[in-house]
Amino acid sequence: MIEVSDLTVRFGGVTSLDAMSVTFEKGTCGLIGPNGAGKTTFFNVLSGFVRPAAGSVSADGENLLKMAHFRRARWGVRRTFQTEQAIEGLSVYENVAMIHEHSKLAGASRRDDVLAAIALVGLDADPDTKVRTLGAGARRLVEVARAIVGKPRVVLLDEPAAGLPDRETEHLGQVIREIPEHTGALVILVDHDMSLVSSCCGVTAVLDFGKLIASGPTAEVLRNEQVVRAYLGTEEVQA
Amino acid sequence: MATELASPVRPASPPPAPPRLEQGFFVRAAIISVLLLFVVIGLPQLLSIYYIDAMTQVAVYAVVALGLGVLVGRVGLVSLGQAAILAIGAWVAARLLFATSLPFEFVILISGIITMVLGTLVSLPAMRMRGLFLALITLMLAGAITVVLASLNFPNGGNGFSGYNGASLHAPQIRRPGIATTDPAYFRYAVIVGVLMFLLVLAHVRTRPGRAWAAIRQSEPAAQAAGINTTLYKLWAFALASFVTGVAGAVLAGAVRYLYSIDFQTQDSIKLLAVVLMGGAYSVWGAIVAALLLQLLPAILNNAGVSPDWLVILFGIGVLQVLTTAPTGIVDQLPRDLGRLYRLVTSRGRRATADERSTS
Repeated sequence: MIEVSDLTVRFGGVTSLDAMSVTFEKGTCGLIGPNGAGKTTFFNVLSGFVRPAAGSVSADGENLLKMAHFRRARWGVRRTFQTEQAIEGLSVYENVAMIHEHSKLAGASRRDDVLAAIALVGLDADPDTKVRTLGAGARRLVEVARAIVGKPRVVLLDEPAAGLPDRETEHLGQVIREIPEHTGALVILVDHDMSLVSSCCGVTAVLDFGKLIASGPTAEVLRNEQVVRAYLGTEEVQA
Repeated sequence: MATELASPVRPASPPPAPPRLEQGFFVRAAIISVLLLFVVIGLPQLLSIYYIDAMTQVAVYAVVALGLGVLVGRVGLVSLGQAAILAIGAWVAARLLFATSLPFEFVILISGIITMVLGTLVSLPAMRMRGLFLALITLMLAGAITVVLASLNFPNGGNGFSGYNGASLHAPQIRRPGIATTDPAYFRYAVIVGVLMFLLVLAHVRTRPGRAWAAIRQSEPAAQAAGINTTLYKLWAFALASFVTGVAGAVLAGAVRYLYSIDFQTQDSIKLLAVVLMGGAYSVWGAIVAALLLQLLPAILNNAGVSPDWLVILFGIGVLQVLTTAPTGIVDQLPRDLGRLYRLVTSRGRRATADERSTS
């Protein structure tokens, strides 16, 4: 569970997150909003890349903001990036094992855990294949495998379906839905693909210009007038 | 693209594959062993003392290039101070060899460790920088160390901290290990020390630090998100590079037997980076190619009566060529281009015979 209260982030004169308060309980939660709404900034605060001006974040009762960035990953905050960041020079296995060996997990279970994560994302490539030889879809899956190997507690997926064809997005959705059940982690999904968000997320929060404008069951949120306006601009478009 | 996506999600219980060795691992190990035996046993028999000395320098500088290769190729940190680090290693070794009667191997080890500590310390302010700024700060540092060395001079058997007595006319030689007093024997000694350093670096590159460095090189945020303490691993890379360079400095002290500050110039670090890029910074073999370019090529040119100054121009062109056409360096490009040439020749040959048949 992640409890965020009054989280504010400023870059110079720009307020990227404006007193955001939200709680993500468990399962897969959506976080949506137009471009520049502050979704990635929120993830960057959770991973420790951005220091907030005010507010607090507690994850499973621990003060996340106090931890150094690499310690958060060891604790269980995992993420994927908007521009996919699978390490090209390493094999699929090494990419996933890297997270495992920098966590507190026992080395004895490494091989099994890594292969289990690769299998869970449905990546059929040989684990010894170098990542640079893989296609975009497969690289995304490598990144997701990295985020779920071992004992993740919070998995942040930043537009994992960006640029993927429908068939691969569908597969990715299937994988995302399986993560909480298999790992017990809380998944927060940021994406612009509303069918992906609705099919994966029971609850969804909506950001607009750094402000939380709605949160609740996904179907309700997507019908919310304010949300529709934030996405589409004016009512004329609706008509 | 990505045909593997077609399969449905499977349960998380794959049969764990048994750990398998790299293909052709044994073949490669055998070839390398034979090559090494030839270098250690055969080469000193074939070469004149002039070239044996040049090859000793190659062995020393291969280790220096290896250290720089770790920084540039593995972690993406461009250091222009490696010649100064080498000078520190040589200075410490010379001082210890004159001041104590410690076995040469101990002196090598201690030089490596002291250089490692100093090299890591001077890299501390560079921890927050990358690219051009890191290159500049390390270059300035190299300049500073060169200035200190020029005023302090290398030890030549004198007393005090610097061990320099000024009477360089009758300065004693820096001693060599008892088992390697002659030039051919010292060459073998240098090669064996070099091989140990290569094994040390390989042991890093192939394991946990190597993976962490690969992540840092591609993207620091991705590395941090993977739980990697990026500062620690960058320091680790500097420590490793400084250690092997310090060891190389100690071997160099025994090789040349008289050390002069004039032989360690700031611009040597730039030349070193140039040959490392040309040889191939991403492969340990590239370090050997770099050392051959840096030390054997001038020896050959000298012998042929050509001024080695031409090399500066050649290296300039070489770096341009590498940066524009082959970022992985000669060690990767040459076999690839030879393969292409072979295919070109054989396909031409086949086409020619086919043409002959069709016309006859």
